[in-house]
Amino acid sequence: MTDGSYFAFKTVDWGSMGAATWETIWMTIVSMIVVAVLGILLGLLLFETTSSTNIGVKALNWVVSFLVNVFRSIPFIILIMLLLPITKNLVGTIIGPTAALPSLIVSAAPFYARMVELAFHEIDRGVIEAAEAMGAGRWQIVYKVLLPESMPALVSGATVTTISLIGYTAMAGAIGAGGLGNLAYIDGFQASNNTIVLVATVIIVIIVFAFQFIGDFLVRRIDKRTL
Amino acid sequence: MKIRWYAINFALVKSMGFNWTKFFYFLKKGDTTVIEFKDVTKTFNTKEGDLTAVADVNLTIEDGEIYGIVGYSGAGKSTLTRMLNGLETPTSGEIDINGDQMTTLSSGDLRKKRQKIGMIFQHFNLLWSRTVIQNIMFPLEVAGVSRKERKQKAQHLVELVGLKGREHAYPSELSGGQKQRVGVARALANDPEILISDEATSALDPQTTDEVLDLLLEINKRLNLSIVLITHEMHAIRKICDHVAVMDSGRVVEQGTVFNVFRNPQQEITKRFVNEEVDPSLTDTNIVVDDLISSYPNGMIIQLVFHGDQAKLPIVSEIIHKYPDLQVSIIEGSIHQTQEGAIGTLFLQLIGDKSSLDGAITLLKTMRVETEVIHHD
Repeated sequence: MTDGSYFAFKTVDWGSMGAATWETIWMTIVSMIVVAVLGILLGLLLFETTSSTNIGVKALNWVVSFLVNVFRSIPFIILIMLLLPITKNLVGTIIGPTAALPSLIVSAAPFYARMVELAFHEIDRGVIEAAEAMGAGRWQIVYKVLLPESMPALVSGATVTTISLIGYTAMAGAIGAGGLGNLAYIDGFQASNNTIVLVATVIIVIIVFAFQFIGDFLVRRIDKRTL
Repeated sequence: MKIRWYAINFALVKSMGFNWTKFFYFLKKGDTTVIEFKDVTKTFNTKEGDLTAVADVNLTIEDGEIYGIVGYSGAGKSTLTRMLNGLETPTSGEIDINGDQMTTLSSGDLRKKRQKIGMIFQHFNLLWSRTVIQNIMFPLEVAGVSRKERKQKAQHLVELVGLKGREHAYPSELSGGQKQRVGVARALANDPEILISDEATSALDPQTTDEVLDLLLEINKRLNLSIVLITHEMHAIRKICDHVAVMDSGRVVEQGTVFNVFRNPQQEITKRFVNEEVDPSLTDTNIVVDDLISSYPNGMIIQLVFHGDQAKLPIVSEIIHKYPDLQVSIIEGSIHQTQEGAIGTLFLQLIGDKSSLDGAITLLKTMRVETEVIHHD
């Protein structure tokens, strides 16, 4: 037994620790890719419909905005339970990293969508109007102006979202999704092995730092506003 | 002068959409209308009721000229600009640009048309995420020009606006004047039919303002490109415009050649603009003049206005020569260059007997100098 020691490293099964680390990273990256795509689409939809005078468009904006707010306010642990039937239908199981994806995505995409919308609003109106005055169409403005001009904000928003996703994966792990959260809960907490909890924590912190570092680096690289 | 413009880099001009038709237009400047506003009115429905931003505007802008539209903020200049590129549609009236009715164009045709209307802005509105050359290529991408041609054209434009060597810099690395040069190059990329300058020098310091204005004048001459210059600075109008329209509360209250408007402003608002520019110290002069009139009751103060070559005539020495008894002292004088020639003003004090004074006035009249005797208020 480990007597509650945090430093009984001999009791750590490094093989399963490695596998759990990989599961956490996999869940984070796969869900983040989907969240980025969905979030940008939703954010764009919110941005484009926000100042319309058309009743139908206004209604669309209101509905999307409402749904985004609802899903953003549901605590993640409850969202998982709420989505269990849907997850089972979609993935076929409620256990394992893949089963965690739907709830991770549903919870993070609205969060990111709001950041995307905000990033688009921060672009100088004059620049968008200049593009219009040059004869650019709606889509040309989206991929030639909106996306490149808001890229630093989109990337830093994605970094923040990724980091909260890592937190969510740990929570999802605790109820069976695998990964470091699962390992810390089953092999650590339930087996009274504090060393495993500590090691899992350190690895998660390292993963968070790594994503933060990559995000900051990218933002510095693409931000040409101040040189 | 005109010949020299062509001696400069003929190949460059050719690459920028030069054609012989335009060349001949250039030689016999201004015989076609490029922009026409017919009874244009724009009313906005606001919460506080209807707001008429532009009222019954009629303007005709000839091909190859620089047309100034001057007015204080809120005079309706921005709305007028936005109607020029179809970002705003008039409530009533017609806008014709090079044969196209802006109000009747379909949205697709309107986008095509906008590609042919170059525009430069007060705050430059460059994309910070793109380099100088990429910014210039933006309108070419919008118009679907091939990559190779885009590069070639943008490179020529970089040289035309004097930014060679800076093509890979980002806007944040440039000064205000350089940014506006990028703006000008970008506006010229699609060989526009007209160029609109929307307060383009208002954010720049006086020296940079003059540089950008000189660049616009150079482009106007080289490419015979009509320019609409919207501004609140009379200085810009005087420096490069051929015609000017003065706007006040949505209406064009006065229009004409810059030379005539400067020489003989009709409306109060125009006088304010002209005085601001011609003579910022006019009130100082008035104080001195009043003082002199009361101190020398047998003297006379006259204000002379010269234009064109008159400004170069030896008027004062002529008076002294003919009427040696007269004491002549110069109170204040100034001279300004417009596109059509120089305009000078001169305040003189003449002291002497009545016959000499009357003789001097007659002499000035025979020399066709505009003379005004200033009386005590």
